[in-house]
Amino acid sequence: MATETMVTAGVRPAPKIKSELTQQRVRAARWFLLPMLIALAIVAGWPLLRSIYFSFTDASLSNLEGAQFIGFGNYLRWQVLDSGAVRWRGLLADPAWWNAVWNTVRFAFTSVAFEAVLGMIVALVLNAEFRGRGLVRAAILIPWAIPTIVSARMWSWMLNDQFGILNDLGMRLGLLSQKVAWTATSETAMTAVLIVDIWKTTPFMALLTLAGLQMIPKDIYEAAEIDGVHPIKQFFKITLPLVRPALMVAIIFRLLDALRIFDLIYVLTPNSAATKTMSVLARENLFDFDKFAYGSAMSTLLFLIIAFLTIIYIWLGQVRFDGGDR
Amino acid sequence: MTATFDLWKFTKWALFYLLVTFIVVVSVFPFYYAIITSFKSGTALFQIDYWPTSFSLDNYTAVLSTGSFPRNLLNSIFISAMTVLLALFLAVTASFALSRVRFRGRGLLLLTILAVSMFPQMAVLAGLFELIRFMGIYNTPWALIFSYTIFTLPFTVWVLTTFMRDLPVEIEEAAIVDGATPWVIITRVFLPLMWPALVTTGLLAFIGAWNEFLFALTFTANNDTRTVPVAIALLSGSTQYEIPWGRIMAASVIVTVPLVVLVLIFQRKIVSGLTAGGVKG
Repeated sequence: MATETMVTAGVRPAPKIKSELTQQRVRAARWFLLPMLIALAIVAGWPLLRSIYFSFTDASLSNLEGAQFIGFGNYLRWQVLDSGAVRWRGLLADPAWWNAVWNTVRFAFTSVAFEAVLGMIVALVLNAEFRGRGLVRAAILIPWAIPTIVSARMWSWMLNDQFGILNDLGMRLGLLSQKVAWTATSETAMTAVLIVDIWKTTPFMALLTLAGLQMIPKDIYEAAEIDGVHPIKQFFKITLPLVRPALMVAIIFRLLDALRIFDLIYVLTPNSAATKTMSVLARENLFDFDKFAYGSAMSTLLFLIIAFLTIIYIWLGQVRFDGGDR
Repeated sequence: MTATFDLWKFTKWALFYLLVTFIVVVSVFPFYYAIITSFKSGTALFQIDYWPTSFSLDNYTAVLSTGSFPRNLLNSIFISAMTVLLALFLAVTASFALSRVRFRGRGLLLLTILAVSMFPQMAVLAGLFELIRFMGIYNTPWALIFSYTIFTLPFTVWVLTTFMRDLPVEIEEAAIVDGATPWVIITRVFLPLMWPALVTTGLLAFIGAWNEFLFALTFTANNDTRTVPVAIALLSGSTQYEIPWGRIMAASVIVTVPLVVLVLIFQRKIVSGLTAGGVKG
């Protein structure tokens, strides 16, 4: 009897203390999260809602307060001409906008595809053991550390049509027959932007891929070696499937980044219709052309397009952000 | 037989080192070329050289003594440092809650934070512009410190959460048994352990703020309030066609060298922080 009471006395209050402790922790957690949530609501949530609201108004840069609600007019409106023909106006009927959408998507997918392949090659090199590995890793961090604006300026000097070293190198090696105005010609402007972007962001891709490669247990390769599996087959049958989750996350990060590209194009190829992306066009309308509402409609649509592509990617690719076993 | 085998081995070795050399040269060359260009002045600038030929500090003295570049440097340092402090201050408690306490909706909250950090900044630009003008901080450093929170805060929260989740639970249990409140646990138990993580995250957030261009271009209006990337982007000569390449390269080297040095010193930490947070390039 005595022991029984002692046991119950010893055991019963315990869950109560634990739940009180848990409750105290959950309460504290709420207070701890509050400042961050308020900050994010003010700096991200509210401006997003206001930008969307502006896209349904006739706001201009000089008259934000007096903006009138005009419905979907910025997106699509029509006019019936005297002849009876219907003329479509607005963002959805604007060829300049669809050109920018196409440029953005083309840029994003091309650059990320190159970065994924080149990043994999660099990661495989860094995953091998050889003398000077630390040096290579330090070297590839340099493009990553250089500010985008600085790299845009550096490369526009190297790509200069008259005094650029790349034209000189290309002619010396016999790759170019004449000097090319890389950033000024509409055929080569996109190539120039792609070169700079791939140079700058492949290191990021390589480091994320490398982290994935290092999680693959070494004994799998030893087993494959004993079974006499060819190295190329090892890559496609072992490495690629196992590194896939890490690669998919790296690709989505890069893709989201590439889809919003602004600074590189703004500096490297200003005023070139061949490289004008959604972000560049939207900012131009917002602040340079004094079409604030129209620019807001562009940024809203940009947001929707990126959200849509992201959801499709996550859904098709079964991406997991928790890094699997972390 | 052995000879051919060795030849094959040698070829493989040579090809591998050729690839390694190629990677290193491509990575480093543009920065190297910017440095040698920055030391050229006058007509030497327009001669294409692959090796350093002249050593003139004209461009550096021109950049640092004329115009508002020194002021822009100070702006960038102040804005980036304040942004980092603000983000770390808000992120430490939030990431404790997200990593060590179980509550409903935690996963959803983490995904939302990740989504905000990958947000296209263009989508909020119009609304932020209105808000910044309303708050009366347009064309001041505070406009940038305020707006940079949108990408530094979610990023720091995300990385610190992954760091804190890996800390052993026993330390915390001992503190709980001693009757420590969550606040005491954070400040007395976790903070001392988190210095390396805070340095790494702070450094990455600093680089992000230092390199930011879109907000800095939009929310500042004159030479004295600009940050370094905007100053470099807008650096131009007396006419439209006369681009001062020498001065641009000198300014570029000045803003890049500290970053490269920091990144090389903190190499390992940065790589682990990058892989934990997936920061943008």
